[in-house]
Amino acid sequence: MRITQGCFSFLPDLTDDQILGQIQYCLNNNWAVNIEFTDDPHPRNTYWDMWGLPMFDLRDAKGVLLELQACRKVYGDRYIRMSAFDSTHGWESVRLSFIVNRPKNEEGFRLERTEVGGRAQHYATRAYSLDRPEGQRY
Amino acid sequence: MAAPASDSPTRINLAVEFAQSGVGPVLKQLDDELIGLAPVKQRIREIAALLLVDRVRQRFGLTAQSPTLHMSFTGNPGTGKTTVASRMAEILYKLGYIRRGHLIAVTRDDLVGQYIGHTAPKTKEVLKKAMGGVLFIDEAYYLYRQENERDYGQEAIEILLQVMENNRDDLVVILAGYADKMDRFFHSNPGFRSRVAHHIDFPDYTDDNLLAIGEKMLGNLNYKLSPDAREALREYIPARRTQSHFANARSMRNALDRARLRQANRCFAAGDVELTLDQLVTIEAEDIRQSRVFQQKERVS
Repeated sequence: MRITQGCFSFLPDLTDDQILGQIQYCLNNNWAVNIEFTDDPHPRNTYWDMWGLPMFDLRDAKGVLLELQACRKVYGDRYIRMSAFDSTHGWESVRLSFIVNRPKNEEGFRLERTEVGGRAQHYATRAYSLDRPEGQRY
Repeated sequence: MAAPASDSPTRINLAVEFAQSGVGPVLKQLDDELIGLAPVKQRIREIAALLLVDRVRQRFGLTAQSPTLHMSFTGNPGTGKTTVASRMAEILYKLGYIRRGHLIAVTRDDLVGQYIGHTAPKTKEVLKKAMGGVLFIDEAYYLYRQENERDYGQEAIEILLQVMENNRDDLVVILAGYADKMDRFFHSNPGFRSRVAHHIDFPDYTDDNLLAIGEKMLGNLNYKLSPDAREALREYIPARRTQSHFANARSMRNALDRARLRQANRCFAAGDVELTLDQLVTIEAEDIRQSRVFQQKERVS
């Protein structure tokens, strides 16, 4: 099941040229671009691991793409996303985030039912990949 | 050779191309603002011409592999290496060779770390910032310390070389330094020598050049030389040249800074009189003749 979160996730995967264009848009707006990766696809998993530091003071998107390529080399089998942080006063938050890399097989989620308090039920979604330990999920 | 595309033009007027590129005014500004440096200007014009012709060739569908533009600027102190580098960024940007046209000036401190594992991220950080522009490495020979083989500089050099090779289209690296030390640097790092396509040597300025530079500097600061002062400055330059630590245009700037101090002091010492605008902007001969350089010259003779 294809994970859809962040921008552009209902579109076909972005090519490197398209990624470059999006990053350049962020840099032109003076946003700092971060690279983040994870192997836990759950939508509530907000805090991904960072690849290096946020990239402030860049002028050209190629610098970010170099980092992305380095990250793909190590974590090419995980989800990688770009997020653009706007540091201007009043915003100070992420303005744009999109997935740039995903595992070959996205196994999706199962629905888990837990019986509580008599006939009541609690539902939870749980990724199949989470059955395996971290680092071996994809 | 690829067949020319059907919509490609059959004739191209290079003069029109040149005018459209917007590089003309930059080259002219270079000519006007930088005095002397004929070989440097010549080489810059050649590079500009090559890039322009390449661009035209591309329109005819001919192969135009982007040339390697990494450069090394060598020359004595104060010959304008840094100034030309910042112009270079502008020229390459106007010609469309680099995408952003900014200049990142760094020295050894910005590239080399202080402990193991510190250098690579530091160098990469700088390279990322320089992408799409010009990376100017001042006193590049300090990167390599022969006497210490465990020096982290070597690591920075390796990363630099790799990026200079793989990202030729993304950034231009300019190495600058004094001629003899740079020679030794290139000798012990053959990889650099072959990756740097343009070795530009900055000649020392002639006495006339320095006088013109001095007048230009004063002009920019809204000062002027009286005729006597110009004569004094003309005598000052060869006298200063024979002394130690002569640094071309930089020595000139320092001399003029001191002359301005003396001029201010003279105006102040005049006491309770009304100064005219002319007095405020004019540097007199005595402001220059009081220099230590003249006194030492007399002692020698």
